[in-house]
Amino acid sequence: MKIVYTDNNATTRVADEVIEEMLPYFGELYGNPSSMHTFGDQVGKKVVEARQRVADLINADPEEIIFTSCGTESDNSAVYSAINAFPDKKHLITSNVEHPAIKNLYTHLEKKHGYRATFIPVDKKGLLNLEMLYEAMTEDTAIISLMWANNETGVMFPIDEIAEKANKKGILMHTDAVQAAGKVTIDVKKTGVDMLSLSGHKIHAPKGIGVLYIKKGLKFSPFIIGGHQEKGRRGGTENTTSIIGLGKACQLAKEHLPIMDTQVRELRDYLQAQLLEKIPCSSVNGDLDQRLPNTLSIGFDAVEGESILLMLDRDGICASSGSACTSGSLDPSHVLMAMEVPFKSAHGSIRFSLSHYNTKEEMDHIINSLIPVIKKLREMSPFWKDGKVI
Amino acid sequence: MWEYTDKVKEHFMNPKNVGELKDANAIGETGSLSCGDALKLFLKINENDRIVEASFMTFGCASAVASSSALTEIIKGMTLDDAAKITNDDISDFLGGLPKEKMHCSVMGQSALRKAIANYRGIQILEKPGDVVCECFDVTDLEIIDAVKANNIGTADDVTNYLKAGGGCGNCLERIEEIIESVKAKQ
Repeated sequence: MKIVYTDNNATTRVADEVIEEMLPYFGELYGNPSSMHTFGDQVGKKVVEARQRVADLINADPEEIIFTSCGTESDNSAVYSAINAFPDKKHLITSNVEHPAIKNLYTHLEKKHGYRATFIPVDKKGLLNLEMLYEAMTEDTAIISLMWANNETGVMFPIDEIAEKANKKGILMHTDAVQAAGKVTIDVKKTGVDMLSLSGHKIHAPKGIGVLYIKKGLKFSPFIIGGHQEKGRRGGTENTTSIIGLGKACQLAKEHLPIMDTQVRELRDYLQAQLLEKIPCSSVNGDLDQRLPNTLSIGFDAVEGESILLMLDRDGICASSGSACTSGSLDPSHVLMAMEVPFKSAHGSIRFSLSHYNTKEEMDHIINSLIPVIKKLREMSPFWKDGKVI
Repeated sequence: MWEYTDKVKEHFMNPKNVGELKDANAIGETGSLSCGDALKLFLKINENDRIVEASFMTFGCASAVASSSALTEIIKGMTLDDAAKITNDDISDFLGGLPKEKMHCSVMGQSALRKAIANYRGIQILEKPGDVVCECFDVTDLEIIDAVKANNIGTADDVTNYLKAGGGCGNCLERIEEIIESVKAKQ
């Protein structure tokens, strides 16, 4: 069965070009990039090239890039560095729709280390309450960490504007740009963020490789202490093959940015328009404009997400849901709850996240599969009668 | 992804006895939209107190649908007295087992069946006997005590798996642990 993969916010296919770039370094080119011999140094040179390619994607300088093991490590490193740099400051700010890498870290710091965390709410469209955010910034604030784009809805926060305010108040600003990278333009020279996280497997590089951008001049204290690697900012022998793969993926991501904004956006908009038109009582979660071009979170009233996903799975379609039942938790996603998405559609919300590999035929396959699936589940639902929710 | 048995998958993809039973003379409802799953069970019971037809309407995940389908298959043809003895384990066993995090789906089946039988017999079931412990999922101490005894539950996690209690905000988890300990102490 042909697989239609529309779960790219979960992970992406490693690009063929990336695999090709990496292969020699799994094999005969196994040297350590730090070694004092030509054999190792040829890997070292390739790592230098990769660092430059990563920097180019976000308009950073190569020395501002450190490689980590994943987005979560990057997020943790940023926050721990900030609280180590300002040991007297005991306040942290984030939003209430963050990835667990920040959300659970903040909760941990509150419970175990006496920090006070402010979780700024979002409105029904998933947009951040900026007024509350600016009011929350105090002299006691050690760091503000906000996601550039939300993984579930694709809704973007105005990071430029927020970073400017944070800079003026002298508060460190970190952004988790894991979902935004490769989908919208990121320019750290224009955006005043101090630190920024990226993840390889969201942009067609392998899993197990991440990046933390650290603005030049920023005092940084390492999260993983060890050898001299990454100029003492992250110990551990470099994951050379993945770094090299990530470099290639970043180069491709930069080339593909215009395609994201045209081809991918058009496919997403087509899928969205068709589903809204052909499936009654369906609604999009999140602001329609301030949103990643590849993401569609759509809720179907009176049906449940896991059931939808398993029926789509039978047709080879990969998507994800904000429903409780898929994750093992019992409440719908904290993102949809924070947006006050009503239960009738929150439990039946599905996320389609596209990549440039998707085609219009695939969108038609999803539409043709989903219409009878929703119909079947509604016929079974005690909350659906005569074409509407009861 | 959940490890569902082939039987669960079969009863999810091709559920038996779906839809409203027009001439039902007993109905049992449990769950709600906010909880994320709900079951409405329809029974047609003859003059000899035998279930001649059963159907369901379910909102929920694959295991909720499969549990509902299984329940209707199990009870069709049973006398009310026999049906009243059906437990969530019977439903789970019929399906070759459920992931433990999904046991509450089979509990939902048992609960709807009890309510339908009471409905037929004209017994008013008090909606919620006992004091509410879990406010997120509206679960009382008596329900927790029953589940702990019936399924030999030893941890708060398992109470969540069977009843959902404690699976929302988590504020009641300590209270649930106290209840488990008090039941064990009495045993």
